[in-house]
Amino acid sequence: MSLNDTHAGPHAKLIYMANQIAKFMESKPHDEGLTLLASHINDFWEPRMRRHLFEVLDAGGAGLRPLVLEASAAIKRPVVAA
Amino acid sequence: MKDFIIPDRDFGTPAAKSKQMVTLTIDGFDITVPEGTSIMRAAAEIGISVPKLCATDSIDAFGSCRLCLVEIEGRNGTPASCTTPVAPGIKVHTQNAKLKQLRRGVMELYISDHPLDCLTCSANGDCELQDMAGAVGLRDVRYEAIDTHFKVKDTSGIANPNYIPRDDSNPYFSYDPQKCIVCSRCVRACEEVQGTFALTIEGRGFDSRVSFGAKTDTALSSDCVSCGACVQACPTATLQEKSIIEIGTPERSVITTCAYCGVGCSFKAEMRGDELVRMVPYKHGKANRGHSCVKGRFAYGYASHKDRILNPMIRDSINDPWQEVSWDEAMDFTAKRMKGIIEKHGRHSVGVITSSRCTNEEAYLVQKLTRAVFMNNNTDTCARVCHSPTGYGLGQTLGTSAGTQDFDSVEETDVVMIIGANPAAAHPVFASRLKKRLRQGAKLIVVDPRRTEMVESPHVKAEHHLALTPGTNVAIVTALAHVIVTEGLFDAQFIQDRCDWDEFQDYAEFVSQSQNSPESVALLTGVPAAEVRAAARLYAKGGNGSIYYGLGVTEHSQGSTTVIGIANLAMMTGNIGRPGVGVNPLRGQNNVQGSCDMGSFPHELPGYRHVKGEGVRDIFEKAWGVKIDDEPGLRIPNMLDAAVEGTFKGLYCQGEDILQSDPDTKHVAAGLAAMDCVIVHDLFLNETANYAHVFLPGSTFLEKDGTFTNAERRINMVRKVMAPRNGYGDWEITQMLANAMLKDTGGAKWTYTHPTQIMDEIAMTTPSFAGVSYEKIETMGSIQWPCNDKAPEGTPLMHVDGFVRGKGKFINTEYVATDEKTGPRFPLLLTTGRILSQYNVGAQTRRTGNVAWHSEDLLEIHPHDAEVRGVKEGDFVRLASRSGDTTLRATITDKVNPGVVYTTFHHPDTQANVITTDFSDWATNCPEYKVTAVQVSPSNGPSEWQEEYNAQAAMSRRIAAAE
Ligand code: SF4
Ligand code: SF4
Ligand code: SF4
Ligand code: FES
Repeated sequence: MSLNDTHAGPHAKLIYMANQIAKFMESKPHDEGLTLLASHINDFWEPRMRRHLFEVLDAGGAGLRPLVLEASAAIKRPVVAA
Repeated sequence: MKDFIIPDRDFGTPAAKSKQMVTLTIDGFDITVPEGTSIMRAAAEIGISVPKLCATDSIDAFGSCRLCLVEIEGRNGTPASCTTPVAPGIKVHTQNAKLKQLRRGVMELYISDHPLDCLTCSANGDCELQDMAGAVGLRDVRYEAIDTHFKVKDTSGIANPNYIPRDDSNPYFSYDPQKCIVCSRCVRACEEVQGTFALTIEGRGFDSRVSFGAKTDTALSSDCVSCGACVQACPTATLQEKSIIEIGTPERSVITTCAYCGVGCSFKAEMRGDELVRMVPYKHGKANRGHSCVKGRFAYGYASHKDRILNPMIRDSINDPWQEVSWDEAMDFTAKRMKGIIEKHGRHSVGVITSSRCTNEEAYLVQKLTRAVFMNNNTDTCARVCHSPTGYGLGQTLGTSAGTQDFDSVEETDVVMIIGANPAAAHPVFASRLKKRLRQGAKLIVVDPRRTEMVESPHVKAEHHLALTPGTNVAIVTALAHVIVTEGLFDAQFIQDRCDWDEFQDYAEFVSQSQNSPESVALLTGVPAAEVRAAARLYAKGGNGSIYYGLGVTEHSQGSTTVIGIANLAMMTGNIGRPGVGVNPLRGQNNVQGSCDMGSFPHELPGYRHVKGEGVRDIFEKAWGVKIDDEPGLRIPNMLDAAVEGTFKGLYCQGEDILQSDPDTKHVAAGLAAMDCVIVHDLFLNETANYAHVFLPGSTFLEKDGTFTNAERRINMVRKVMAPRNGYGDWEITQMLANAMLKDTGGAKWTYTHPTQIMDEIAMTTPSFAGVSYEKIETMGSIQWPCNDKAPEGTPLMHVDGFVRGKGKFINTEYVATDEKTGPRFPLLLTTGRILSQYNVGAQTRRTGNVAWHSEDLLEIHPHDAEVRGVKEGDFVRLASRSGDTTLRATITDKVNPGVVYTTFHHPDTQANVITTDFSDWATNCPEYKVTAVQVSPSNGPSEWQEEYNAQAAMSRRIAAAE
């Protein structure tokens, strides 16, 4: 597998990255982990990346760890398409 | 009469540290000095220079030349003033008839065995032997020596067996034994200052000679690392810079800062006209205290290398040859392209990369360009690929994104833990200072997959070497914490006072779980549990414990987690907030710290303040008269992803070579190739420039004013010693680009006329820099931020009375194995690193005499792994990972464990980053350079990719002949 595979589109890599963050946050008390996961993505992910993440979420969130799905309500949906 | 630059006063012996003061009389003058001071130094402090040859204040006195004799009333004989300490009430005489006669006698002996070719000697005007002959009034030499060291042949024409010809093997200095007075200053400098022990005195009496180790060793083939300490210490022309031999003595000197590594050594650039004669480490530089390494001391030749590009160049497509143009044309072309992109694809389709090699002022302007002119936050810097996890991890736990100590702190440490760093190669001057402390008895723990020079070198041996499997840092750090908590070695008082006790309870419970014990993780890490336990006990209870870490910590999927774990260790043992302790990231490039401070990251404005903060945006909106985007921008890997996807089209890249330094070269190349305007601003046509449409020639650190901030947060001055060969300082070029973009948009023009104005703007907008100005740096020499009303003189030690964030925060550090795993196809783990003589991607050092030590990257492989693959020393091997493959030569060594291979990444031909993958740190996207699953097999030549790459590079580097 290569996450940089041009043909695979942007989603595989972002799913991977979101899950990586989730794995760190999973070792925290649940609510804290949830809040921090959302704020981490809000703070560090450029709107384009969040838009792609929402494309995955809107399509059912396949491949994302439960904590990401749960935190998604607190992740900011980018306002304008970049 | 002579108007030669005055060297820094030599006090003869080092300063004494005692608080006890002693008063004595020298030549009728009273003087009070610390106990333990030598009489020689005490005399020097009142301006009396006792003649001397074997003493110099960088090393301990030795007392061999007997020139510095003095008389003390009531004492017998004539003691040597360099080895005799002061005593209360004594009356010393440094000059009388008897002393004069004795000294002349000594000088006569020296001179009888010394060639009298002073006029044509390269040290003429810079020789202490010459000076002393003058000082003692030597007028004639009464006898002619029969045996000498300098006569090539004796009178009967027979070759003199004592004559040793000059050794010119070192590219930068020569060793000419005929001029040696065997004062042993060089030997002692190599031992005491550098800690390499490359030199010895061989033989006794008349036969004693300075030698580079074994008889057959030349300077180049010996253990010598070419730091130059011996050259500085040598009073004669015996050890001397070749540049002095070629050019002559300098006539003025300018204090400036090394542009290589994060130690940030201060140097005197010694000049004749606008020719740089030599760089000499500055005694009063607070980072280096008069020491240097081969890079800063000698490897400046790249500044005048023929490959340097001096004129701007443009081209429509990367398949065209370059076209040299005027600066105006270059700016028009660039601004038009960038504006075109913004019009068509929106303001988020362009961005910048700031440089960790350029000054603070330059980095500040580049991020300002994207924020205030392009109107987005797409700015990133090479720290992304090295220390971004440091920023995150230390920010979360301690509240500030920087090391906690100054380098002087190492002098008070008792136990040092080095994790994932090899200071002897990457931060040599710090390594020398550390080794000095280790020789005094401090203990060392090394956590590194490889047996680095720090683990064992002359007179230094690590107490514990935890040779872990690459990728298991978190497991080891957590296991250390496990031992400290379960064995009750933590500092409960400190934690209660300074941290959140409840959070510590949670953390203690987490690390105490049995899966975090050294015994449980031993299988994973490959480190025996008993070693981990012993190391934990030593760090927790061995006195002042300090941690120094490097890229071996950060460049992992869990880089940020390890940094957090390191901060946890320091907090739970109370090793924060005083000299001798702390958490110290060893930064790679000279200004990584500075470029991060200056707001180079896409989510934060200068001073580490998130762009979402309205108050912060407000400050800059007022200062710049624009609206600032409140969303984080793209990081380098995200920029490349967006480029491949087609939404990121234009990049201004100052002083970085992302194609060579960033992981997964093929992906970087694809991203760059997809852009419509890549602007490379650099000294040389670097690898990234193969994909560029605009090349803006840069200036070197010798050609501009500004500041660098080193790993101890120290802001040092960089001073212009010659005019920029390319015409402009880099800050001026960014300003021209900004103004070209602003032309006919009505935006306010940038009007900086000197970098000092940029620093004033930084001080005005950034609280931790509020008290910084060029004026203050001039007076203080250097300043460590934060520097503001609370700390007007700056801050050498952080977190002294409390953590910057309030209470120190313990955060759980769950080990998550990287997905980069070995398997049948890729059974070995590759880890990468650096060597001393080369620097980063090598663009500068490869263009200096330093290639004498490292002309290619080598793959280190364990004898066992080599044997099963049929690989022999020096063979070409193919190194393959799931990302790509390359070839290089192998060297067989047990410095690496079986199953681990290691290489450096200094040479573009190697393309080590074709191998590295797309995995990165979970928090910061810092790439996982330090773990790649690979296979090694015999090969007979360059890989297909290397050949294709070289062909493309050659095509792309063509420059059209001027009509
Ligand atoms: S250059 Fe440095 S390492 Fe080499 S002999 Fe001199 S002091 Fe020792
Ligand atoms: S080489 Fe220079 S410093 Fe070393 S012993 Fe000879 S004269 Fe002294
Ligand atoms: S490269 Fe680093 S250690 Fe060497 S002289 Fe420069 S700043 Fe000092
Ligand atoms: S300088 Fe004191 S003995 Fe040489």
